[in-house]
Amino acid sequence: MRPFIITLLLIAACAKTETQQRPSVVTINGAGATFPNPIYSKWFSDYNKLHPNVQVNYQSIGSGGGIKQMTAQTVFFGASDMPMTDEQLESAPGPVLHFPTVLGAVVPAYNLPNVTGLKFTGPLLADIYLGKVKKWSDAAIAKVNPGVSLPNLDITIVHRSEGSGTNFIFCDFLSKVSPEFKQKVGASTSVNWPVGVGAKGNEGVTGMVRQSPGAIGYVELIYALQNNIPIGDVQNAAGQFVRASLDSVTAAAAGAAANMPADFRVSITDAPGKDAYPISSFTWILLYQNPTDKERGRIMVDFMKWALADGQKLAAPLGYAPLPKEVVDREMQALQRVILTLSGAKGKDLKMRMASQLEMLRLLRGSA
Amino acid sequence: MTRSHDDRIFGLATGVFAALVLLIVVGIAFELSRQSMLSIEKFGWSFWTGKVWDPVSGVFGARPFIWGTLYSSLLALILSTPIALGIAIFISELSPRVLRQPLAYLTELLAAIPSIVYGLWGMFVLTPIIRKVELLTPEALRKFPLFSGPPVGVGMGTAAIILSIMVVPFTSSVAREILKNVPSAQREAAYALGATRWEAIKVAIGYGKSGIIGAIMLGLGRALGETMAVTMVIGNAPVLSLSLFKPQYTMAAVIANEFTEAADELYLHALIEIGLLLFIITIFVNIASRLLIWSTKRRTIRPVIFPIVAEEESAA
Repeated sequence: MRPFIITLLLIAACAKTETQQRPSVVTINGAGATFPNPIYSKWFSDYNKLHPNVQVNYQSIGSGGGIKQMTAQTVFFGASDMPMTDEQLESAPGPVLHFPTVLGAVVPAYNLPNVTGLKFTGPLLADIYLGKVKKWSDAAIAKVNPGVSLPNLDITIVHRSEGSGTNFIFCDFLSKVSPEFKQKVGASTSVNWPVGVGAKGNEGVTGMVRQSPGAIGYVELIYALQNNIPIGDVQNAAGQFVRASLDSVTAAAAGAAANMPADFRVSITDAPGKDAYPISSFTWILLYQNPTDKERGRIMVDFMKWALADGQKLAAPLGYAPLPKEVVDREMQALQRVILTLSGAKGKDLKMRMASQLEMLRLLRGSA
Repeated sequence: MTRSHDDRIFGLATGVFAALVLLIVVGIAFELSRQSMLSIEKFGWSFWTGKVWDPVSGVFGARPFIWGTLYSSLLALILSTPIALGIAIFISELSPRVLRQPLAYLTELLAAIPSIVYGLWGMFVLTPIIRKVELLTPEALRKFPLFSGPPVGVGMGTAAIILSIMVVPFTSSVAREILKNVPSAQREAAYALGATRWEAIKVAIGYGKSGIIGAIMLGLGRALGETMAVTMVIGNAPVLSLSLFKPQYTMAAVIANEFTEAADELYLHALIEIGLLLFIITIFVNIASRLLIWSTKRRTIRPVIFPIVAEEESAA
C-alpha cells in the first residue's frame, strides 16, 4: 500500500509544478555551433532578463549536430557555422530559413623566433597546407615578406583534429583561392589533411603553435586575441594585406552584402572590398519558415529582432564582429517571412479542436 | 514456500541477469551494424583495407585507424609490462612492510586520474620533452623508419608513453593480487631446495603465470579503448607508419573527434562502422588472450583463475 501512496503523492507533486509553470515560462530548445556559444549564452540570458517568461536552452553540440537535431525536430531552432546544403534542406521536414547572427574570422597563427608581422597570400597558405611549401625560408614566403629574415626552419603544420566550423571557414577560403586545394582537400567541417598534426580545439591548436618553434596553425580570431600569439596578415580579393580585426571582419560582410542571396546562405570568404578580411564568416541561426508551434515561433522572431538590434552591441566585447547595417536591414525584412499565423488545413484542424474544447468547458461549467 | 522453490527463483533471477549480458552484447553488435549499413554496403571489405579517409569526397577506409589502435596498444604493453610487474613483485615480495600499503595505494591512485588530465599533462609536459628528445636524435638514427618524421613532439611514441602510464596501475594491482595468492608452500619449497630470493620469486611468478598474463591483457583492453588522452597527444593524422615520431590516429579518437560534426549520412555510418570494427577487434583480442591464458593454465598444476575484462571507453 505504501508505495502506492508515494506514487500518488509524486504524481500530485508533478501535476502541481506543471500547472504552476506552464502558463508563466515558455522553454525553447536550440542546439548547434560551438563557435557562437558565448554570445548566444549572453543573448539568451539577457533576453531572459527582459522577458522573464522566456527561457531558451542552447546546447553547443556542433554545427552538424545542430542541423541533425533541427531536422529531426528534437530542438526548436538550430545554429550552424556553415549554411545547410541543398541536400540537407531537402531532407528537412519543412523549409528552413537562415539568419546570420554575428561574424567570426579565422586567422593564421605562427611561432617563429624573432619574427613578427608576417604576411600571407591565399595561395601561399594553401600551398603550406598542401605540404608544398616545407620551409620558412621558401622563396614563396620570402616573396610576400620582403625584408623579413626568415629562418631555415621546417614548417610544422597544425590543423584541427575534430570536425569544426573553423575547418570549414578556413578550407572554404583556401578552396576559393587555390584550385589545387579545392580538388585535393575541399571544404567541409572535417577534411582529409595531406600533411600536419591534428590538435584538439582552438586551445589545442593554440597550444601546439605556442610550444613548437616553426609551427603554423589556424584559430578563431578571439583565441588569437586572447592568447596574444603572432597572427599573419592575409591578402584579400582587392590585393590588400589585411590584419584580422572586428572592423575588417564586419567590412567583409559589408562587401559581400551587395551580392547576398535572399536566403543568406552565402560564404563571405574572399569577399570584395579594400578593408575586408578574407577569412571571415557568418554564423547562422536556423528557423523553420512555418513553425508548428506558433507561440515559440513568435518568441524566436521577437528574439531575433532584439538580437539584430540591441544584441549586436554585445558582440564586440565578446570578440565577435557585429553585422553590418546592410545585412541587419535585410534580415529584419526576411524575418517577416516566418509564418506566424495559422493557415491552411492545419490551422482549421486546430481551430476545430479549440472549439470542441471550449464546448467541453461549457458543458463542465453547466454541470457544476 | 519451500526451499527448492526459493532456489529456483534465485536461479532464475541470476540466469536472467546473465542472459542480459548476452543480450546487451548482441544488441550492441546489432545496433552498430544496423547504423553503419550504408557504409558496409558501399565499401564492404575495402573499409578494412582502405587507406584514405576523406569526408569531403565520401571515401572512407579505416586501415590507418586500425593500425594506430593496435600499434599504440602494443607499444604501451611493451612499455608498461616490465614496469607493472616490477611494481607488483616489489610490493608483494621485496618491499618493507611499512611501504607496502602506501605504494599499493599510490599505484592504484594512478588509475583514478581522469584520462583528460593525462591528456593535458601529455600535451603540456610530455610533448615538449619528447620534442627535445626528437631534436637530439642524431640524423643517422632518423633514417630508420622507427624514428623518421618531423620533430613535433606529438605522435605515436608520446601516445604510447601516456597509454603505458595509464595501463600500469591495472596490470600491477592485478599481478600483485596474483602473487599474493601464490601459496607460501611454493616459495618455502624453493627455499628448501636452496634457491636464492630471485629464484624463489621466479617460482612464484611461474605459478601465477596465467593470472599474470590475464593482468597484462586487462591492460591491453584498457589501452585499446582509451580515447581522450590519446587524441590529445597522438597528432591525429591518419598515417600508416612504423615511426614513433610521426603523428598517427586511433579508432576511438577519430570517433570522438568527428562524430559531432558528421551531418552527412554516409559519413556518420562510416564512423559508426569504425565503432563496430573496434568492437570486433576487442572481441578477437579477448578471445586470443583467453586462449593464451588457457594454454598456460593447462601447464601449471593449480591454475589461478582470473577473469579478464576489456575496458572500453565510450566515445565522449
